[in-house]
Amino acid sequence: MSFLAIKGLSARLRDTSFPILRDVFLSVEAGEVHGLVGESGAGKSMIGKALLGILPTSIEITHGTIELDGVDLLRLPPAERRRRIGATAALIPQDPLTALNPSRRIGPQITDRLVDILGWARSTAEARARELLDEVHIPDPVRVMRSYPHELSGGMRQRILIASAFAAEPKLIVADEPTTALDVTVQKQILKLIAEMQARHGTALLFVTHDLGVVSKVCQSLSVLYGGMVVERTTVRDFFREPAHSYSRALLAATPKYTDPLASLTPVPETVIAAVQAEVAAHDRSQRNG
Amino acid sequence: MQLFRAFLLRLFTTAITLSGVAVIVFFVIRVVPGNPIAMMLPPGATEADVARLTARYGFDKSIPEQFLIWLQGVVQGDFGTSITSNQPVLGLVLGRLPATLELSIMALVIAVFIGGFIALTGTRNRGTSVEAAIDVGNGMALSVPDFLWGLVLILLFGVLWPVFHISGRVTPSLDLPFTTNFYLFESVLRLRFDLWADIVSHMFMPALALAIPLAAIIGQLLKQSLKETMHLDYVTLARTKGYGENHVILREALPNAILPTLTLVGVQFTFLIGGTVIIERLFSYEGLGNMAIDAVINRDLPLIQGIVILFAAIFTAVNLIVDLSYAFLNPRLRHG
Ligand SMILES: Nc1ncnc2c1ncn2[C@@H]1O[C@H](COP(=O)(O)OP(=O)(O)OP(=O)(O)O)[C@@H](O)[C@H]1O
Ligand SMILES: [Mg+2]
Repeated sequence: MSFLAIKGLSARLRDTSFPILRDVFLSVEAGEVHGLVGESGAGKSMIGKALLGILPTSIEITHGTIELDGVDLLRLPPAERRRRIGATAALIPQDPLTALNPSRRIGPQITDRLVDILGWARSTAEARARELLDEVHIPDPVRVMRSYPHELSGGMRQRILIASAFAAEPKLIVADEPTTALDVTVQKQILKLIAEMQARHGTALLFVTHDLGVVSKVCQSLSVLYGGMVVERTTVRDFFREPAHSYSRALLAATPKYTDPLASLTPVPETVIAAVQAEVAAHDRSQRNG
Repeated sequence: MQLFRAFLLRLFTTAITLSGVAVIVFFVIRVVPGNPIAMMLPPGATEADVARLTARYGFDKSIPEQFLIWLQGVVQGDFGTSITSNQPVLGLVLGRLPATLELSIMALVIAVFIGGFIALTGTRNRGTSVEAAIDVGNGMALSVPDFLWGLVLILLFGVLWPVFHISGRVTPSLDLPFTTNFYLFESVLRLRFDLWADIVSHMFMPALALAIPLAAIIGQLLKQSLKETMHLDYVTLARTKGYGENHVILREALPNAILPTLTLVGVQFTFLIGGTVIIERLFSYEGLGNMAIDAVINRDLPLIQGIVILFAAIFTAVNLIVDLSYAFLNPRLRHG
């Protein structure tokens, strides 16, 4: 059984009923790195948010289940759901500059979950935080834990957020474009660090990105999203050898290759867009009629 | 070092502000018609009596000359003599100051509690009818000035349902063991909770009248900043850690949302202190404000000057305290 199994998840805007997620099926095995790709607005972040219980209040889930470690989160009472998510999952956010509380020191921001939610002793939690900061190659963890976020660089902060995500040994981590807000020079290091930490801790990772190059490097499997719909779920090997869906093929053609980064790129052709949009429309019709 | 320089600069600007206030007040109250000496003498006093007293208080000299004499005294801590009571202004003013300070601070505390409660409740229930009701209530509280709230409170809790005292600072028949004029504070120190209850029951209505508009402002602004802060990434991240709404509001959002409110409270608190003048009159509360009105009615120029300077000094002190606490609450300024 998959560690994370999202089945038939649909979500829409509360006010207009505009669909945000359309009957999404998605599964991630324990320890697997699963990529979530698609162009901007495809609903990649919404899947991560739905599973972490942080959807915007303007969006409601209408159908489906989100099973985390065999338990359907959507059936749990809110307090129990939060606790369960906090204990088994974690988020590596997109923008390290806004994801740390500016008025709190770094240390408590790493240890708070361990102490408050998991009931660790403060000293144990602090020792754990120091160890993790060491793992993410932060020099002088003791000093850093006493610092405020504004005293640290963006790269440092993202390392801290990665350490914090791994602190409670979660079974699943959602990384929502964890490098896009960073300097190009730092992006590679952070990516390498996430892969390194994932391998060491054996955590399953849901990796949201629109960079297929990144997917080919860190993921084992991936789902391609369009218009809140999963158009293809496959292994990375099969995807890069022979994508099944025409939209996936077009997306792949629109991505620069390492072998030839300067080769001219084909944008996703309009015929392909039209085809996938027709699929989305057909799906919506079948929803209304069924 | 940087902080020390900022502090010196602050002292310097404060001195200039206070001197400016002194000059303006001194000249303005002398331009306004009304002879303080004539008002003080009984009917039938002779021209000679008037002239003698005028000379005694120095009103026969030119205004700039009077100012220099007064300034000389002030520098040595002598603010002159009250015309009506014939006592040193400084002593009179300082004697009344504790009553007004206690009233203002009590009003501030009430406003912070009510306003904070409103803001937290509104944030907790944002987007619901509870928030809408809060907005309506806030609007109403803001559209009525403090002295009208005073009248409303007098009618409600003094006349219709008389549970609070609406006049004076303490029941006159009580035997007061106090050595300072900080009655409220001293009653706690002396563990005289019977007196404390009597004093609070006198102060509560005027303090509430002063507090209501400020509470509405605090509620409104703090709720607004809290709601904005609730969307920020670090708040969302805290939610994924397993924290519930209350915790997220209090620990993640509040410390960051409070700064704009704090600045505003500083400014508004000075208005609140200004409001004590009328409120004290309304509730016959023996504070500085009440004394100020008497002083103006009696054209007691030295006393007016003393009170105005003291009010100005309080305002500057309040602003200084706000700036300091701002620096304390914001780590970026603390280390910057
Ligand atoms: N707070 C919100 N309220 C309402 N709709 C939203 C909100 N945030 C995003 N959406 C909508 O939800 C849809 C999916 O957005 P989502 O953020 O999941 O896209 P994404 O695939 O993560 O894109 P990107 O690559 O730009 O991050 C989009 O149509 C977007 O307009
Ligand atoms: Mg996104």
